[in-house]
Amino acid sequence: MEEQRMDENRIVATNVTFHYPDEEHNAVDQVSMRVKRGEFLAILGHNGSGKSTLAKLFNALYVPDSGTVVVCGMDTVDDELVFDIRQNAGMVFQNPDNQIVATIVEEDVAFGLENNGVPPAEIRTRIDEALKIVNMSEYAQKAPHMLSGGQKQRVAIAGILAMKPKVIILDEATAMLDPSGREEVMNTVHRLNREEGISIVIITHYMSEAATADYLVVMDHGKIHMTGTPRKVFADVENVRGLGLDVPPMTSLAHELRQAGIDLRPDVLTVEEMVEEVCRLSSKN
Amino acid sequence: MLNDITLGQYFPGSSPIHRMDPRAKLILTIVYIVAVFLVKSFVGYAISLAFLYMVVRLAKIPFSYVIKGIKPLRFIILFTFVLNLFFLTGEKVLLTIGPFRLTQEALFNAVYFSLRLVFLVMGTSVLTLTTSPVQLTDALERILHPLQRFHFPAHELAMMMTIALRFIPTLLDETDKIQKAQMARGADFESGNLIQRARAMIPLLVPLFVSSFRRANDLAMAMEARCYRGGDHRTRLRELRYTRLDAVAALVMAVYVALIVLEGHFFG
Repeated sequence: MEEQRMDENRIVATNVTFHYPDEEHNAVDQVSMRVKRGEFLAILGHNGSGKSTLAKLFNALYVPDSGTVVVCGMDTVDDELVFDIRQNAGMVFQNPDNQIVATIVEEDVAFGLENNGVPPAEIRTRIDEALKIVNMSEYAQKAPHMLSGGQKQRVAIAGILAMKPKVIILDEATAMLDPSGREEVMNTVHRLNREEGISIVIITHYMSEAATADYLVVMDHGKIHMTGTPRKVFADVENVRGLGLDVPPMTSLAHELRQAGIDLRPDVLTVEEMVEEVCRLSSKN
Repeated sequence: MLNDITLGQYFPGSSPIHRMDPRAKLILTIVYIVAVFLVKSFVGYAISLAFLYMVVRLAKIPFSYVIKGIKPLRFIILFTFVLNLFFLTGEKVLLTIGPFRLTQEALFNAVYFSLRLVFLVMGTSVLTLTTSPVQLTDALERILHPLQRFHFPAHELAMMMTIALRFIPTLLDETDKIQKAQMARGADFESGNLIQRARAMIPLLVPLFVSSFRRANDLAMAMEARCYRGGDHRTRLRELRYTRLDAVAALVMAVYVALIVLEGHFFG
């Protein structure tokens, strides 16, 4: 029973508190949450809500002051397990330029494997596989600075993918990209979630990205403020806006139409759903 | 503008010289440097020139590229030449200008010294023209690896070189961006004397420094997140292996060194 539960949960955070030395308030305050196997989870919050700190706690880059973070059954407090944890919970960062180490794409993808002492022949097959999955095979020999932002982030994802992780955490990985780069990265991440069964945690302040997740965690002042499916969270438009966050455009439109007295569903997320709703209304009248 | 700067002077190709193990190239280059110091006569320089020409032809790089490598050093070579010309004493006086006497020995010496420099530069050019910076870094790391036992930071040194190479284009891009931003606000980088121009660089350098530190911080975090733990137990994607090619190259180099030693014996 116990074992089965461990297998179902990729990351379990229990009453996690974390505090930066020179700051007054806790960056993360009594947070408990879990990331299930194969789940696509989004953590939302405005700047300074503690969402990025939480991401770093999931990867053993930070260790909680109190409470526990257990990644794939391993407690991040345990120094011996740090590298196993990092291999299982890979992390993509915000700035595409500042996370690529090597001067050639394929060497960068190999970096994590080299660190873990994987034999050269296996590194070869694993990086070829990883680059293929993110559709970057033809760029294997290119210099990273010749790539677009979206391509760089895909290389970063490949570097993590090659380590065969169970969870990938994207810490605002699309924040510095143009819309097409953002789409490239989100499509890649969704495909990994669907086809490879890798759990995904995205930290974002783009509501359209959050809307595609299975589950949302909304943070405010280091605490979890709301949780639930995107439909449920965004339907509470006033509450979300109260945190300085936006809701997806269609949800916002539905909200305003409702206030104008039109009887739409409050939890409309996408354009397609809006079209459906409007058709339903017009057929009724 | 800044985008077309090439790194180092690598001349891509697939010649036998290009395909040699970079470690072998590095070691043989050092052997060559020592050999050049053993040359004692013009005959030796003739042999060296023939040897170098053969290597350059084999590498399929235009000889003019190798010559071009001397250009930045022309003042140093000239300086050495003049210095040797007038500060060495000898028997046969050829010319007297004021307090300076030019002797035959000094003239020969000056020519030898300059030629030595020219040959050193040309030889090392062959190495950098046929070996990419990445290969060079790899070779250096592995050659220095045994010294790690004496706490010599071979892996760290190589990692630093790799990161520097990786970030040069990124920082050049950023410099370009900051420069344009400052110019848009009326900064003037082009006029004034040397001091004024140096001062004009301050608004460029300060933001560049600040952002470099931020990048370093980010990169360290990213490297840690990808299980970086220094050089111990690390494997590499590309393994270096000595091949027949390297053995042949070593043999050719041995013949050259032998010739130079013989030359020193007969003509020195």
